Amino acid sequence: MSMNRREFFSRLGKTLAFATICASLPRAVLASWNKEAFAAEALDQAIAARYPGLAIEDSDAVKLKAPTIAENGSVVPISVSTSLEGVTSISVFVEKNPAPLAASFHLSPLSIADVSIRIRMGETSQLITLVESQGKLYRAQQEVKVTIGGCGG
Amino acid sequence: MKVKAKQSGEIVKVKMLISHIMETGRRKDDAGKLIPGHYITEVVARYQDKIVFHVETGSAVSKDPYLAFAFKGGLAGNKLTVSWVDNQGNTETTDAVIK
Repeated sequence: MSMNRREFFSRLGKTLAFATICASLPRAVLASWNKEAFAAEALDQAIAARYPGLAIEDSDAVKLKAPTIAENGSVVPISVSTSLEGVTSISVFVEKNPAPLAASFHLSPLSIADVSIRIRMGETSQLITLVESQGKLYRAQQEVKVTIGGCGG
Repeated sequence: MKVKAKQSGEIVKVKMLISHIMETGRRKDDAGKLIPGHYITEVVARYQDKIVFHVETGSAVSKDPYLAFAFKGGLAGNKLTVSWVDNQGNTETTDAVIK
């Protein structure tokens, strides 16, 4: 394959540009927001956007800690932990929120699979957590009764 | 942003409280106009240049977000760096010394 001078520099330029993009990837973590999953308005759409094609099974190894009655839906404290090995992510969904996906934690090999966050719930709803491990999803869920909704105004 | 990190045996437990309005984008002002969404989209914690925590968040996270997590291998006296970014491109970074 022959290459003239102009072609050579053009390819060199493209290669360098690609290498630069690759080198900057680890710093680009703060730009990986899954817009489609957070914008989804139905639970199944949000799950499909976040975890395309993954099978879900209920698991007692996933512990979801949340109040059964939340007097104030604007601050609902929840914790998720699991004894499962090789956990790569933990996501929290509120079925009846206008956008069901509330948060998605990415776990590294250094992470402990135990996270807490405070979320908003617009009304009484099923709270679902999915734990991703070795290409499968493990689910725990419970209903949280909301006395005063958290999306007022 | 307040970050507290404490070593407890082999793990470091971290708690943080971020000051942020977390506007959902679904509320209306007195004139009936939609208030634009303004919320944190990602929070990352790094320890010795390794990412030890990363969460993507949506508008359903409460105002002034509280987050807690834990990681292995951190030592008291060393630094943990926490950063967040919101949907309007604002960011904040804080260092916390592990106790």
